[in-house]
Amino acid sequence: MAPRLAGRDLVSAQPLLQIDGLGKTYGSGDKAVQAVGDVSFAIDDGEFMCVVGPSGCGKTTLLKCIGGLLRPTRGEVLLRGRRVTEPPEEMALVFQEYSRSLMPWASVRNNVLLPLRHKKLSRAERNRLVEDSLAAVGLTRVLDRYPWQLSGGMQQRVAIARALAYQPAILLMDEPFASVDAQTRADLEDLVLRVRDEYGITILFVTHDIDESVYLSDRVVVLTHAPTEVKEVLPVDLPSPRDQIATKELPDFASLRAHVYRLIKREQADAPPVEVAVDGGTLSA
Amino acid sequence: MHQAMRYTSAMAAPGDVATAAAAYDGALAPRLRSRLPRLGTIAIPVLSIAASLLLWEAVSRSGLISERDLPAMSTSFQELWAMIKTEPFWAAFAHTVEGWAIGLSLAAVLAIPIGILLGVNDFAASAFRIPIEFLRPIPSAALIPLLFLTLGTTLKSEVFLATFGAFWPLLVQTMYGARDVDPVAIDTARSFGVGPRERLLRITLPSAVPYIATGLRISSTVALILAFTAELFMGTPGLGQLVNQAQAYGLTEQLYALAIATGFLGVAIHIAFSALERRALRWHPSQRSTGA
Amino acid sequence: MSARSYRLVKIGAEIAVPVAILVAWQLWTAHAQSPRFPRLSTILTTFQDMWLFSQFGTHVVPSLERVGLGFAIAAVAGVAIGIPLGLSRVSRAAAMPHIEYWRAMPPPALLPISIVLVHSIGNEQKIAFIAFFCLFPVLLNTIDGVRGIDPTLIDTARSYGVPRHERIRRLVLPGAMPQIMAGMRTSLSLAVITMVLAEYFSSTSGVGYVLLISKNTYQLGPMWAAIVLIGVLGYLLNVLFILAERRLLAWHRGWRAATS
Repeated sequence: MAPRLAGRDLVSAQPLLQIDGLGKTYGSGDKAVQAVGDVSFAIDDGEFMCVVGPSGCGKTTLLKCIGGLLRPTRGEVLLRGRRVTEPPEEMALVFQEYSRSLMPWASVRNNVLLPLRHKKLSRAERNRLVEDSLAAVGLTRVLDRYPWQLSGGMQQRVAIARALAYQPAILLMDEPFASVDAQTRADLEDLVLRVRDEYGITILFVTHDIDESVYLSDRVVVLTHAPTEVKEVLPVDLPSPRDQIATKELPDFASLRAHVYRLIKREQADAPPVEVAVDGGTLSA
Repeated sequence: MHQAMRYTSAMAAPGDVATAAAAYDGALAPRLRSRLPRLGTIAIPVLSIAASLLLWEAVSRSGLISERDLPAMSTSFQELWAMIKTEPFWAAFAHTVEGWAIGLSLAAVLAIPIGILLGVNDFAASAFRIPIEFLRPIPSAALIPLLFLTLGTTLKSEVFLATFGAFWPLLVQTMYGARDVDPVAIDTARSFGVGPRERLLRITLPSAVPYIATGLRISSTVALILAFTAELFMGTPGLGQLVNQAQAYGLTEQLYALAIATGFLGVAIHIAFSALERRALRWHPSQRSTGA
Repeated sequence: MSARSYRLVKIGAEIAVPVAILVAWQLWTAHAQSPRFPRLSTILTTFQDMWLFSQFGTHVVPSLERVGLGFAIAAVAGVAIGIPLGLSRVSRAAAMPHIEYWRAMPPPALLPISIVLVHSIGNEQKIAFIAFFCLFPVLLNTIDGVRGIDPTLIDTARSYGVPRHERIRRLVLPGAMPQIMAGMRTSLSLAVITMVLAEYFSSTSGVGYVLLISKNTYQLGPMWAAIVLIGVLGYLLNVLFILAERRLLAWHRGWRAATS
């Protein structure tokens, strides 16, 4: 079966990750909600790919299916040609809610150690991986602190360090910087780029922040609203290394960003009317 | 290039996906799950109960545990059935419920106001902290001989015991509830010139209601245990007294029948007060959900 | 009133009130001269005579043994059974009717039956009785604690391929520990209560037995001394438990403080 790739030559080597006709429906009968409709795209080795789409379009569901945490209703995910049915060893996941993905009863060291314990490594090797990965994210003196003693940005760095120590081939990140302030977000964005260069890993980065998606990526996948499909895959031909000021001053950045923005806006305009629930003081849209 | 998006009739609104995902993960609060119990949800508990009753029958009839010590399930239930048809059983039942009810009510009448006071007034709470800490762990059961020698084997003893035991959990819970009031709510009220009595009635009290409901659930169980204990050890009229008599006359089957009956009384009380507690919790501001 | 002087007055009250109560007791009993309510001083002397240390070995030790063993068995069993039940919806559905029935059963209702089944009024009967009823607070709290663990944490562990037994050891157990400890605290006080009931009902030793005998022989001094002892035991056990809890759950307090 010829793999369906979006906007890329088939001449290059087999893609690292291939998503084919992925679909996910929750529930059944008339209560069924189709979160993911039909998503197909591929990621090459070493690529930084961003996935961006309107709010509530099932991005997290998509990521969980790709990560092997949820079983898709349709389609398949191939990692190095092998089907993903459960979380594969070469994949690591970083969630948005860092504080909920770190164990509050364990030190930073033990948190980063968690994925390494069941791997066949000596204690010295494990400790080295932990220290190296924490150094790579710029945290060296917090080994014996508890996560809740650290700031939000530092906690997310710990989560990233944990993923790095695991030495995955591909890193899946689900809106990891959505819960930190803008300044920290810029720092973390640059950190992720640096880490990608140092470690040479592939990154699949889900975000709702359009600027971020263009700034970070080699290619951007724009999704439709639920049931999600791929609206467009955009190559991002901005020079490397990226810089928060210089890159964002480039006219190419502006036009790419505007293009993505327009795609998303059109998606949001076409979406079915949203129920604005005013319950207990929050508006859900 | 990929085709434009397809319109299908079942387009999901943005909020739907999150709701569906949350429900799927099973992290949803019970009230949003389907009201109609699925067949599996009833079948498993029912089968489980049936299996254990059959096991009881088998263990007893086979002699694994002698029938003298463990009357068969069928025998015990037959005995229970026979007992239910007699007047003395229901008289005893009524006595136990009476002791329990009066004890619990008295405890509530005392514990709730005192608990509110101690919860609201930090100074009083500190002043009485040590006496409470020392009196609280005293098992009411230890007071049985004292009551026997003072108030005698009357309803008064039973009620005193039940009240004393039920008082403490309710007091502690009420204190927590009165203390746990959202300070922002109080400050807002004060800034609008709402006086202390109004604040107590409209903010503190409602905020404490779920805690009081929890306290009542705990206390209702304690009160039953103590009412029964008084009857068992002091011979005040009630189910406990029937158990005492059955034991004295070596009527093992009656012992089991009475135990079953008492268990059901306990379950009934527990279900009633748990339901009350759940309603109180549901209504509490912190529990009201904010959509998906 | 300044903050500092308020604090001082508060501390003063904390000391003054208990002292005042004790003094009032002493004065009232001395005045009332009721045989059933001996003077505080009499109670204290009897207490010291009996429990420190002439009858300590004969009665206090057996009682503590029963409480200790009964509680320990209940604690271990409660956690061991509670974890799988918390993790599996099916087994929980099967177990819940039984758990709900037994947790609502008043323990004294089963006192005669426990003697009949175990065929004795020795230590085994008491420990079994105590352990049985103390199981349920731990069990129920363990189930709640396990169920309350953040699914994000579990997802994270799963995505890293952490095997099930490691997840239970490093995620489920520590995560549920605050709730488990709360359940154990309830169980501990329940253990004291059930111990007293079991000994008072049928025993040849122990604090509950002393309570019974002193009632039968109308010896008010020992009776009061036993009451005070039971209160003191309950208090001390609670304090010990809180100290242990404080060490084990230091992370929990810090975490709560940081995220509130």
